[in-house]
Amino acid sequence: MSTVDLGLPGGLQNGLHGVPAADAPQTRKEYVSDQEVRWCPGCGDYAVLAAFQGFLPELGIKRENVAMVSGIGCSSRFPYYLSTYGMHSIHGRAPAIATGLATARPDLSVWVVTGDGDALSIGGNHLIHTLRRNVNLKILLFNNRIYGLTKGQYSPTSEPGKVTKSTPMGSVDTPFNPVSLALGAEATFVARTVDSDRKHLTSVLRAAAEHRGTSFVEIYQNCPIFNDNAFDAFKNPETRDDAIIPLVHGSPIRFGTDGHLGVVRDGFASLAVREVADLPGGESDLVVHDAHTEDPAYAFALSRLTDAGVLHQAPIGIFRQVDRPAYDDLVRQQITTATQAQGPGDLQSLITGTDTWTVN
Amino acid sequence: MNRTVTIEVKQLDRVVIRFAGDSGDGMQLTGDRFTAETASFGNDLSTLPNFPAEIRAPAGTLPGVSSFQLHFADHDILTPGDAPDVLIAMNPAALKANLKDVPRGATVIVDTADFTARNLKRIGYDENPLENGELEAYHVVALNLTGMTVESVKEFGLSRKDASRAKNMYALGLVSWLFQRPVESTIKFLETKFASKPDIRDANIAAFRAGYNFGETAEEFSVRYEVKPAVMPTGTYRNISGNLALAYGLVAGAQRAGLAMVLGAYPITPASDVLHELSKLKRFNVTTIQAEDEIAGVGAALGASFGGALGVTTSSGPGISLKSETIGLGVMLELPLVVCDIQRAGPSTGMPTKTEQADLLQVMFGRNGEAPLPVVAAQSPADCFAIAVEATRIAVTYRTPVIVLSDGYLANGSEPWQIPSVDSLPTIDPNFTVEPNATGADGKPTYLPYLRDPETLARAWAIPGTAGLDHRIGGLEKEDKTGNISYDPANHDLMIRTRQAKIDGIARTIPPLHVDDPDGTAKVLVLGWGSTYGPIGAGVRRVRTVGGKIAQAHLRHLNPFPSNLGDVLRSYDKVLVPEMNLGQLAMLLRAKYLIDVVSYAQVSGMPLGAAELAGVIGNLVEETEGIDDDARHLGTAAAKLTHWDHLEGAR
Repeated sequence: MSTVDLGLPGGLQNGLHGVPAADAPQTRKEYVSDQEVRWCPGCGDYAVLAAFQGFLPELGIKRENVAMVSGIGCSSRFPYYLSTYGMHSIHGRAPAIATGLATARPDLSVWVVTGDGDALSIGGNHLIHTLRRNVNLKILLFNNRIYGLTKGQYSPTSEPGKVTKSTPMGSVDTPFNPVSLALGAEATFVARTVDSDRKHLTSVLRAAAEHRGTSFVEIYQNCPIFNDNAFDAFKNPETRDDAIIPLVHGSPIRFGTDGHLGVVRDGFASLAVREVADLPGGESDLVVHDAHTEDPAYAFALSRLTDAGVLHQAPIGIFRQVDRPAYDDLVRQQITTATQAQGPGDLQSLITGTDTWTVN
Repeated sequence: MNRTVTIEVKQLDRVVIRFAGDSGDGMQLTGDRFTAETASFGNDLSTLPNFPAEIRAPAGTLPGVSSFQLHFADHDILTPGDAPDVLIAMNPAALKANLKDVPRGATVIVDTADFTARNLKRIGYDENPLENGELEAYHVVALNLTGMTVESVKEFGLSRKDASRAKNMYALGLVSWLFQRPVESTIKFLETKFASKPDIRDANIAAFRAGYNFGETAEEFSVRYEVKPAVMPTGTYRNISGNLALAYGLVAGAQRAGLAMVLGAYPITPASDVLHELSKLKRFNVTTIQAEDEIAGVGAALGASFGGALGVTTSSGPGISLKSETIGLGVMLELPLVVCDIQRAGPSTGMPTKTEQADLLQVMFGRNGEAPLPVVAAQSPADCFAIAVEATRIAVTYRTPVIVLSDGYLANGSEPWQIPSVDSLPTIDPNFTVEPNATGADGKPTYLPYLRDPETLARAWAIPGTAGLDHRIGGLEKEDKTGNISYDPANHDLMIRTRQAKIDGIARTIPPLHVDDPDGTAKVLVLGWGSTYGPIGAGVRRVRTVGGKIAQAHLRHLNPFPSNLGDVLRSYDKVLVPEMNLGQLAMLLRAKYLIDVVSYAQVSGMPLGAAELAGVIGNLVEETEGIDDDARHLGTAAAKLTHWDHLEGAR
């Protein structure tokens, strides 16, 4: 066994590179399909859909070159409501299907819409492998911390002890932190946002779209029927300032009413939240957020500031954004290299081979 | 050394030779080389590699024995042969594991180097079988091949271990002499293979030549054999294995359809070689994705098909089980997808390196709901090429997943292949929809993704990037024509029946089943599918040789069946269906045609034997003709016709 230098596909820093530009400015309405939206009243999915439909025209790409792929679950109905190409596939498999699509078609902007059960339970394997390969596609994980479509069983992100239909004495499962998981798979773009904050959601979507490689976006999304107010701490005006740890690239991580809280380094590869007033150096002791940090350990430490149980506090924003060649670019580059080196394949000479004999 | 006896050259019409040794002894390579020499000489041939799943089982043990059997002849042959005329055993375990297959009178060439008391005891020999008379019925040639190899390469200064590794080439040289094989291609092969290791290269070539020369000069052999080139149809030939032919057929299919090809696959025995071959063919616009699991492999393929490529996935039975849900999605989406099942012995992990054809019912029915799809099966190693092109034609034309059945026997076996002209292959039209195909309620042009071609019932296929035709598809039931989600009872019934009718309608494009019934008077038809083609054909020949009347037909299309199949079955008094499963095709035939076919089932992990089948066929022919049990002779006579009769010139 040996290794070779793969080289780097040049000029491919933008996630939309290769996707044809729209001929004319587009409107939100153009992206609304004729299908009746059928989520429960008050579902957080409505807000994400509206934000997404409003955001797509900003990309300035041809509508027919947008492809949405989803799995199974409430969020996975998403593609039906967008007038783009779309596939509502099977449970957990959207990242695998999207990998094939993105590899075959560099001219598409490919999006995966998934949920906490779809991506982290039945489809966990495809998720981590898509992230490590860094396929140029965008994954939106709607995390409502519950199984909604099957009517209220605990999910792989539900807090320990959660009482649901399938856990009458409380869930004994330790949950996944989706951001930690993505960083463990060395994802190159990892962000978290909230369904109700349209401005922040849109800014994260834009950055995700422009990132070359797999963008992983966890969206805290409220399920009003089976897990209402799971993210209340981030929405209630009385608690949200102390709940949201805002990640802004290049800024010290400071938050809370009047900025009384901040994030500092704490021991070996850990971070902690402290009262700024208690710090000897004040704000100068705070960590200045650098999403471009190559070592995923920093972003991982940030992700651990998320509560594992009932959510009271969590970082929101872009945890990590680093450059690494995208899988599909490398795959296509090998095809180009092989074709340039030996010319396009000749089928007749291929099947004939070099060791033949003739019968007259 | 000068010879004191002249060497007689004996003409044979066919020979079966088996190389056997430790899995680290290079027996597969030796067999491949002997095959290449034989192919270039112009004999017809058929091969059967047989090896353990363990890459290197403990040396000298029975589970570690690997073998390669080759049948070559001066006429067209159908199988790798039931029993070897010549066995080359490189150690005691190879002798013990293979002797039961060797008929009395056959030649057994043994390397004596490892016949120590300890090695013999390890595999259950209390005495040395070379010395206790146990092998009296055979023509035994006991030689210290390892010792002679080491001696022949001593000038290269290799360690004894490295030197003895060339013993397979010494043995190859010896049998190349014995059967008068041309040796140039093997020397050229060794020069290329070991180009970067001159010592090893020279040692292997020296050992090969020494083996050949030993045959020439030593007095161990009084006879050399000659098998004249076979008379074969005019054309250019090459030798090809089933997996290579399958890989080339998939590329050919994609090219004839003008589509890029995307293979999503996960390594699995015995299918991995298809992935290996296709990964070399990037300049044919072939993308290979080694996926994280079987499900992702088929998922990536289906995603690529959604994007307008030819999605392909290759696997074996256990992998097909995992892919079932995605294949069902492909049935619902109505997108092209080629799924290759290189069957192996099951159930579960089963015997990965052994062959079987027990996945037929799995691929026919192993999905939830009514999820019909076409199934085709290759009948010989070279036929894997044509069957892959046919699968692509059906998948693209009808927008459906298609299952290609091969098996370990076809995958690793090889045979001469008359290379087709690419221009003679069918052209395949993806017929993408690029413009609206209907008028909406608002009077504007619109695209209906499930509007169907009235002839084929194939749906309109527009791919992403096509302006104005954006649409959403998924696994939920579709409304007719629009493809919108629908829970309407009548619509569901319509869609279920439409998908079935589409698959059934493929029969209109399938050639009628050809029956080989020389004078049209046979009462019994033997019908098979897949890799049993060779053994059944050989069995039928035996029965005909002893005067039996028997008709033969072989299915390459298993869903839908050729449209004349019912008539064919009804025109015979008895239909015998031999299978390497417990009667899966027999079950389908009984269910569909209400004909009580006679199932002959053998599930040993090995191909069916021609002699065994001849016995079964002969017996059924006489039973059907009303001949009493004790008066029957056909089966016994047909089964008794052995290679050895031929070797002795009895034919």
